[in-house]
Amino acid sequence: MSGPTARRLKVFRRNKLAVAGITMLGLLVLFCFAGPLVYHTEQVLTSLADSKLEPGVNGHPLGTDDLGYDLLGRLMLGGQTSLVIGLAAGVLATMIGTLWGTIAGYAGGWVDAVMMRIVDAGIAIPALFLLVVAAAIATPSVPMLILVIGLVSWLVPARLMRAESIALRSRAYVESMKVMGGGSVRAIGKHIIPNAIGTVIVNVTFQIADAVLLVAYVSFLGLGIPPPAANWGGMLSEGLTYAHDGAWWLILPPGLLIVMTVCAFNFIGDGLRDAFDVRFEGR
Amino acid sequence: MARYLLWRVLQAAVVIFVVTVVVFFLLHQIPGGPARGILGVQATEDQIKAFEHAQGYDQPVPIQYLHYLGRLLQGDLGESFQLNQRVADLIGARLPKTLVLTVLSTLVALLVAIPLGVWQAVRRNRPTDYLLSALTLLIYSTPVFLVGFIFIIVFAINAAWFPVEAPQADTVAGVFADSQALVLPVLTGAGVVLAVFSRYLRSSVVDNLDEDYVRTARAKGASEARIVTRHVLKNSLTSLVAMLGYYLPVLFSGALVTEKLFNYPGMGLLFWNAAQTSDFPILLGVVLIISIATVTGSLLADVAQALIDPRTRRVKA
Repeated sequence: MSGPTARRLKVFRRNKLAVAGITMLGLLVLFCFAGPLVYHTEQVLTSLADSKLEPGVNGHPLGTDDLGYDLLGRLMLGGQTSLVIGLAAGVLATMIGTLWGTIAGYAGGWVDAVMMRIVDAGIAIPALFLLVVAAAIATPSVPMLILVIGLVSWLVPARLMRAESIALRSRAYVESMKVMGGGSVRAIGKHIIPNAIGTVIVNVTFQIADAVLLVAYVSFLGLGIPPPAANWGGMLSEGLTYAHDGAWWLILPPGLLIVMTVCAFNFIGDGLRDAFDVRFEGR
Repeated sequence: MARYLLWRVLQAAVVIFVVTVVVFFLLHQIPGGPARGILGVQATEDQIKAFEHAQGYDQPVPIQYLHYLGRLLQGDLGESFQLNQRVADLIGARLPKTLVLTVLSTLVALLVAIPLGVWQAVRRNRPTDYLLSALTLLIYSTPVFLVGFIFIIVFAINAAWFPVEAPQADTVAGVFADSQALVLPVLTGAGVVLAVFSRYLRSSVVDNLDEDYVRTARAKGASEARIVTRHVLKNSLTSLVAMLGYYLPVLFSGALVTEKLFNYPGMGLLFWNAAQTSDFPILLGVVLIISIATVTGSLLADVAQALIDPRTRRVKA
């Protein structure tokens, strides 16, 4: 293999933290999605007699939570939700932001000015405040959290892609394509976005990391997904309310898994950023 | 410079206008409307209608928006449904306390982040740099409420050095009088931005060290310490200041979480309580004040940067 892909792979592989990130992510995915196939637990019916058992008691390696759910099994189930929401919301945000920013930058003039003022206004409203309102008016569910987190997170990618689009639209190959009669859709879809793919890919990984954190914050503010569904953020915030009982096993494992996931995506993002040689403000 | 200033102020005004439109129409999507939230599930249809009529909610939304905008221009943010007080007064009483928290947290974060970022940049790509990079990323990846919670367990419950709760005083003077209780909330708030600032500063200093003016200074025999403190730091700190303006939403989000965790009666807690009771005017008022603060903050940061660094004075869309 040769060419840019091989070179990027080489740069990425040289970054030890990035390789560690990929490994961590692989293990996390394996734990959450393959784990339940091997380790069967009851995660729908509660068992209040087994509430808050310490790790190791009654065949529960990590103990049980306040409703008597086996914690190890619940971490796998909750991880599925956290990873799915983070991944889908991150991809959604990047998709909206990519299209919005590319169109604004390509169009220029008034269209650009109006589109970017909307982005400025969106950035001025803190995402967490919007999430609190959104979750207060509608019962949180997985699709709703994906949609809402996606809709509040697309602004930064939009700004980044606008800059890319402005830089690329005046390149000779885009200009000559226009002379030959190519339309704007073709220019954006075939030339600008593919040439800015590095920025898009790096951005997705950072967006996913931030989305996983946002889910945790929403859960902490009391607006998580209700049981029997679970997610790490919700488990962590619930665990905090039982801290006075000394139930550390309800706090430490979900906390560690969230930190590991966010770190893994950030490590991967850092590695990809070096591999694609793109700049990211504030990262 | 005058042209740049005019352009930026105009831009900020447009953005604030867009914010009022977005926020107003967004909050009008509440299912069942605020009337149901205020009057409760047992209210009759007639009572709901009477309430909506009294509040003007039975008018078309665009008309409601114009009324809202008209009152807003007179500084009237409406009245809270639950607390029976003017929203402007409620926010006015709590905003200073939130500012105390965010300003102190930012100062603490900067005091740690600046030396850390510079030190990492100077000793870049060595083991200590990697270690500190991993450490700041670890802080960045930990939910703020978990950091605050660990502080509570270690420093408030086990060591009993600080109280578990933040100051409960009504006034800023009262908050400072209870400074012991302020320590943990401020440290928690600092955790939010410390990692971001130090990572930003590290990469900014590294970039600046590659610039031509640094090569010139080196050629003239300036020591590495002098290059960093006299030349590079000035440029990097300028861009950090500009970034501070854009990080206001993050700081306010951090305040929301910190205030909830330590039960600190600031604007974040006011907002959170209002969300639980669908107190529509408070939600609207707080989001608007924060947005105006953010837009003004980025405006001031941009102007400050333009004053110090003429290269940033270009008029951009």
